Amino acid sequence: MLKEGNIRIPSGCAISGIINKSGTAISGQMIADSIATMHDRSNGLGGGFAAYGIYPEFKDHYAFHMFYDDLKSKKETEEFLKANFVVALEEKIPTRKTRGINNAPLIYRYFALPKLEKLNSYEISPDDFTVKFIFNVNKNINGSYIFSSGKNMGVFKAVGYPEDVANFYKLETLRGYMWTAHGRFPTNTPGWWGGAHPFNLLNISVVHNGELSSYDTNRKYLEEFGYICTLQTDTEVATYIFDLLLRKHNLPINLACKVVASPLWSQVERMSQKEKVLYNSLKIIYSKALLNGPFSIIVTYENGFAAINDRIKLRPLTAAKKDDMIFVASEESAIREVCKEPDKVWIPRGGEPVLAELDQNAIEISEQKEVTA
Amino acid sequence: MSLNLLTPEFKVIRDKDKCINCKICVRECANEVHMYDKKLDKMVSIDAECVNCQRCVVMCPTQALIIIKHPQIFRDNANWTYDAIRDIYKQAETGGVLLTSMGNDRSYPIYWDKMVINASQVTNPSIDPLREPMELKVYIGRKPDKIEIDKNLNLKVKIPPQLTLEFPIMFSAMSYGAISYNAHASLAMAAEALGIYYNTGEGGLHKDFRKYSKNTIVQVASGRFGVDREYLNSSAAIEIKIGQGAKPGIGGHLPGEKVSSDVSETRMIPIGSDAISPAPHHDIYSIEDLSQLIYSLKEATDYKKPIGVKIAAVNNVAAIASGIARAGADFIAIDGFRGGTGAAPKRIRDNVGIPIEFAIASVDSRLRQEGIRHTISLIAAGSIRNSADIIKAIALGADAVYIGSAALIALGCHMCQKCNIGKCNWGIATQNPNLVKRLNPELGYKRLINLITAWGREIQEMLGGMGINDIESLKGNRLMLRGIGMTQKELDVLGILAAGE
Repeated sequence: MLKEGNIRIPSGCAISGIINKSGTAISGQMIADSIATMHDRSNGLGGGFAAYGIYPEFKDHYAFHMFYDDLKSKKETEEFLKANFVVALEEKIPTRKTRGINNAPLIYRYFALPKLEKLNSYEISPDDFTVKFIFNVNKNINGSYIFSSGKNMGVFKAVGYPEDVANFYKLETLRGYMWTAHGRFPTNTPGWWGGAHPFNLLNISVVHNGELSSYDTNRKYLEEFGYICTLQTDTEVATYIFDLLLRKHNLPINLACKVVASPLWSQVERMSQKEKVLYNSLKIIYSKALLNGPFSIIVTYENGFAAINDRIKLRPLTAAKKDDMIFVASEESAIREVCKEPDKVWIPRGGEPVLAELDQNAIEISEQKEVTA
Repeated sequence: MSLNLLTPEFKVIRDKDKCINCKICVRECANEVHMYDKKLDKMVSIDAECVNCQRCVVMCPTQALIIIKHPQIFRDNANWTYDAIRDIYKQAETGGVLLTSMGNDRSYPIYWDKMVINASQVTNPSIDPLREPMELKVYIGRKPDKIEIDKNLNLKVKIPPQLTLEFPIMFSAMSYGAISYNAHASLAMAAEALGIYYNTGEGGLHKDFRKYSKNTIVQVASGRFGVDREYLNSSAAIEIKIGQGAKPGIGGHLPGEKVSSDVSETRMIPIGSDAISPAPHHDIYSIEDLSQLIYSLKEATDYKKPIGVKIAAVNNVAAIASGIARAGADFIAIDGFRGGTGAAPKRIRDNVGIPIEFAIASVDSRLRQEGIRHTISLIAAGSIRNSADIIKAIALGADAVYIGSAALIALGCHMCQKCNIGKCNWGIATQNPNLVKRLNPELGYKRLINLITAWGREIQEMLGGMGINDIESLKGNRLMLRGIGMTQKELDVLGILAAGE
């Protein structure tokens, strides 16, 4: 399995996202149909999905999805995993043979919690501990890659068209309240499953259509905070930036969006005094977290998603609403395919996020957000 | 009587067909090279006095004058060059330290010219700066790790004081004394009009320029010239000058000829006395001493202004910069070995220090490795010659650049490297009132505005070409650069790939 570490692969692609704000679970068939409509935006070299709410029986466990090149890397990784975590369940992720999906690695999932003795000896939060573990495995264990690590959610991806990937992972049998999808059009031939989107860290997943001109600036900024960027894919830095802003710095999602697609200085000048102070400070402190270059991104976190374009809207993104459902996609056709008569359809402006969250009563009290140092 | 083995360095060639005996050249040359011989009714020149400042060449209404190197053709010798031989003659005759001015003129490689810049195509559209917003604004100062806001979105902790720059360019430190009153006036007025800053250098701040304090960075150098309460208050930021790229390890030098009554008043030293700043600050012998001075200045200014430190680029500049960042400085200015000066020993100017390209890259890398790069601002100096150099400096890791020689060239400097004599025919590096008045600040500041504005447009074009619409997204973005004709080691230190990779 050739990892994409050494060549930079820009992404031109298709994205789609669906949420049911009341928390009602929907099958993966809907998102698969949506992304299939945009077949021609991909070239079959990558497809993937993120699904939230699919593991209610293990909702407090980290659900690790792993790719292994071979049994050797599986053994090594499992030893390391079990030294640090208590594993409640481990199994192969169910798949079916699908034309167009070849050369599959070994694909396993583990529902695990960090060992208390480890948390006590390191004195860090479970989330920070898990992030360290993930970076360790991905960087140091050859042939192993953790591609999903959130709770009650999972990423499913492969090299292939997204609708074939959905078929491969039997996504029609899974049910969750929020789904995103991505189809890839890389300008290289990577052949590595881990390079497909969504890119995930804990509960944050990102699907991304675009290319970050600011990639190296963002990456170098993130490295100061301990994020190890191994893949030279733009989506990796976008994911880590959201993890930094949302989880580590506790910014509300709308302000995090205003960091990555910040208002222009001239716009800030025209704001009210209080807003001016706030946005000036955000722009000054987080200047290197600005994402530059064309993009549409859907970032999902446990309670919802934000869909956002770069400030001058160099990639398409359309949004729609019907009853409790919010849809976003690169093309309106992908929405209309699964929602024939939306109540409202609109095209968000560059830099203005589409925010969709579970309604208050859909969020269970037991899902407390982890407070990190 | 000592033996003078020195032939003139330059030769004046006058085209007799074009010369109309108007004698403008006589009036224009402060070195008294040209004379009109009444008896012979012709113009004559004393070649030995010519410093090749090009004043007469430019001012001659008929372009009758050319200055060439005086053709003293030693036998070809790649080792004992013309300069190597003549330097020994000079020292044998005078017993003195060879002095020179402006920046290192030796043919060391120029790494700016070995780097090329990216442009976006197909996968990423380039952005047209004539039609789309393109932001060049930068903030210099200490930044917190993260924002702290309460649930009403009010800031809980204020950001430390910042300098606001409309362009990522500032005018470098050039002292009043080294350069003239009118040169300072041009720099101050241009900084104000452009929304950037100029630096007083170590010569203190003339009282007439206090009105530009909002655009002034004042320097506290080892001689502490002009440093008093009013000086510190008449500034937007304070820069502690530890070193200077042209002469790392030694202090500033203003020859006595240039200490006029105004300079004397501003610097608080006697008229006509050499102003030699000590090599170290005699209260800074170690990093903790520097920290003490930084905080003393912060206390003295109520923590309302950024306090920065300027160092020369030397061998372990990365470690030094790291120390300075942890000592509390809000910005670090690094001056490379090509930086200019009003006066410096030639050997030090030409042999001490390292190129700014490497210095910025290694300081940026080191601060990032230590996880502190995002807290402090870096300013690159030491021969920034054009807007492409600025793009490359920022891509290597700088937040902004200082320009010195480039600004003086905009005002008319012709790089004759004789600033230390004090007879600058362009009115820039002199205190002679008859020469100083040749530089009209009303015209000078407009030329500086033109230069910076033009560079700003070029920077926007290059940014747009890279698919970037905010200069912040270029900072440290080394993937936007490629090296040509560099060794692998050089590429590694700069942290860039080779063209084709």
